[in-house]
Amino acid sequence: MHTETFSYLPPFSDKEVQAQVDYIIKNNWIPGIEYTEQPGLDNSYWRFWKLPFFDAKTSAEVMEELKACRGENPGAYIKITGYDNIRQGQVLAFVASKPGK
Amino acid sequence: MAEKQKDMGFDAGVREYSEAGRYYYDPDYTPKETEVLAAFRVTPQEGVPWQEAAAAVAAESSSGTWTTVWSDLLTNQERYAGRTYKIEEIPGHPDQFMAYIAYPLDLFEEGSMANLMSSIVGNVFGFKALRALRLEDIRIPSVLLRTFQGPPHGIQVERDRLNKYGRPLLGATMKPKLGLSAKNYGRVVYEALAGGLDFTKDDENITSQPFMRWRDRCEFVMEGVHKAEAETGERKGHYLNVTGGDMEEMYARAELARDLGSRIIMVDYLTVGFTAFTSLSKWARENGILLHAHRALHAVLDRQPNHGIHWRVLAKWCRIVGADHVHNGTVVGKLEGDRQSTLGVAKLIRDDFVPADKSEGILFDQPWVSVPGMFPVASGGIHVWHMPELLHLFGDDSVLQFGGGTLGHPWGSRAGATANRVALEASVKARNEGRDLMREGRDILMEAARFSPELKKALETWKDITFEFDTVDALNV
Repeated sequence: MHTETFSYLPPFSDKEVQAQVDYIIKNNWIPGIEYTEQPGLDNSYWRFWKLPFFDAKTSAEVMEELKACRGENPGAYIKITGYDNIRQGQVLAFVASKPGK
Repeated sequence: MAEKQKDMGFDAGVREYSEAGRYYYDPDYTPKETEVLAAFRVTPQEGVPWQEAAAAVAAESSSGTWTTVWSDLLTNQERYAGRTYKIEEIPGHPDQFMAYIAYPLDLFEEGSMANLMSSIVGNVFGFKALRALRLEDIRIPSVLLRTFQGPPHGIQVERDRLNKYGRPLLGATMKPKLGLSAKNYGRVVYEALAGGLDFTKDDENITSQPFMRWRDRCEFVMEGVHKAEAETGERKGHYLNVTGGDMEEMYARAELARDLGSRIIMVDYLTVGFTAFTSLSKWARENGILLHAHRALHAVLDRQPNHGIHWRVLAKWCRIVGADHVHNGTVVGKLEGDRQSTLGVAKLIRDDFVPADKSEGILFDQPWVSVPGMFPVASGGIHVWHMPELLHLFGDDSVLQFGGGTLGHPWGSRAGATANRVALEASVKARNEGRDLMREGRDILMEAARFSPELKKALETWKDITFEFDTVDALNV
C-alpha cells in the first residue's frame, strides 16, 4: 500500500518531516495536519487536526502539533498538508506518520 | 494603376494594399485591448516592398481581396480591416521581417477556433507575393477568450481529483506502439501502474485497429487500472485514446471509457481538427473526465523556421479550446524543441498572465483571465538520469512520461516504474530541502539508489544515453 507523495521513499525521520514543513512555510503556504485510520482510495477528507495553522511562523510549532496528534491517535496515518490560498488548493501533501510510530 | 470607370461611380482595379486610406498598413495605429494581435514572420518575394507585403497579409487575412469591388462602398472598412501597425527587422535574416497585425474583434465568431484559424492562417499562407509566412505568436483579447471554456478541469482540479500534490505526475506510453493484443496490452498497463506510475498512455496512432479493437482494449486496460489502484491505494489513469473517424464514434468510445470508470481519456487534438476537439472538451467537462491532448501533426505545421505556425500558437489554441494535458517537448530528450522556447510555452500553458519576453519568443502579453492552466507533458527519449533536470526545468506542475525509460528496464515495467517514482520523489525531497538539482542531481540519484535496487539497475542501464543534435527550429526573433 502506498500513500502518494514520498511514499516510495523510506519513512521520514522527524527531522526530514520538519524540512518539508520549512519548505511549506518558506513558500508562504499554510501548513495543516490531517489523520485517518482508513487511508483508502476514495477517502479525500481525512479528519482535521485542529484547523490549518494559518498563523504558524516556524516549523517547530507544526512539529509539536504532529507529536500531539500522534500521541492521541497512535493507530492513525497522519498527513502534513500545505495550502496555497492563491491557487485555492493543496500544493503539497505527504504522510508523515504511520500507525505504531 | 487604377483603371477609371467614372460612369460607374467607383474606382475599379487593383490598388496597393498599403495605399494610404486603405487601413491595412498604418504605423501610427495603436491596437485596442479588444483586438486579436498576430505577429507574422514574412519572407516576401524579391522586389516586393516590406510595407506592401505586410499590408497584403493584413488585408488577405481580414476584409480585403486582390482588387477593389463596388460593394466595398457598402461597408465601413475602417471597422473590419486588419492593420499592420508595426514592422521589425529580424537580426541575421535580411530576407525576412516581422509584421504585427491588429484584427478587430468583430471579424471573429464567439467560441469558434475554426473561424479564427480560417481567417488568420487561411488563404494568406498561399499568397504568391510571399515566399514564406509563419505565425509566430498571437494575443487573444480577454473579451474573445471569455467565449471559450478552456481546459475541462485544469491543473488544480486534476490534482484534487487524483489526490496528488507537490510533485510532477509520472506516466509512460505503452510500447510496442502497435501490435499487442488487448489482453497483453492491459498487462503492460497494469504492471507499470502497479509499479508506481500515475498514468499510462495509448500511443497516438492506436485507435481501434483489427489486432486490438476499442472495446477489447478498454475493458482489459480498465481491469488493469482498477487492479493497480486497489493494490497501491493510489488513484491512477490510462489515457484511452478516443480519436476516431467521426464524432459519433468518438463519443461512443468516450462513453465506454467513462462507464468503465476511467478517470481520463485522450485525443489527438490536431489530427481530429479543432471543432471535434472542442466538442470532446465540452463532453469531458460535462462528464467529469480529464482530457489528455496529444499533438501528432504539430511538427508538420511548426518545425519549418520560416513557414507555418509556431508551436507556441498551437499550444495556446489548445489551452483556449481546452485540454487538461498537452505534450510540450522535453528539452533533454529525443524530440525537437528549442530550450528557451519550450520553457516559454510551458508558461503559456500554465500561468495566469504571461508577459512578452523575446528571450523566450513570446511577443505579446497574454492575460488568461479565467482560463485554468494545463499540465505540460514532457515525453520522448527521457530516462531516469534526466529526472533532476526535468524537475528543475518544468517544476511540479508537469507530467513526465518515460516510455522506453519505464518499459525498457531490464527487470520489466513494474521495476522501471518504481525506479522512476523513486527518482522523482528523491529529487522533489532534495529540492524542498534546498539542494541544487542541477549541481547535485547525480548525487541525489545515487543516494536514492542505495535503498532502491530498481533505481540502481535503471541508472546502470541508461548511463550513457544522450540525444545531442542541433535544433532545426532555433529561436530567433
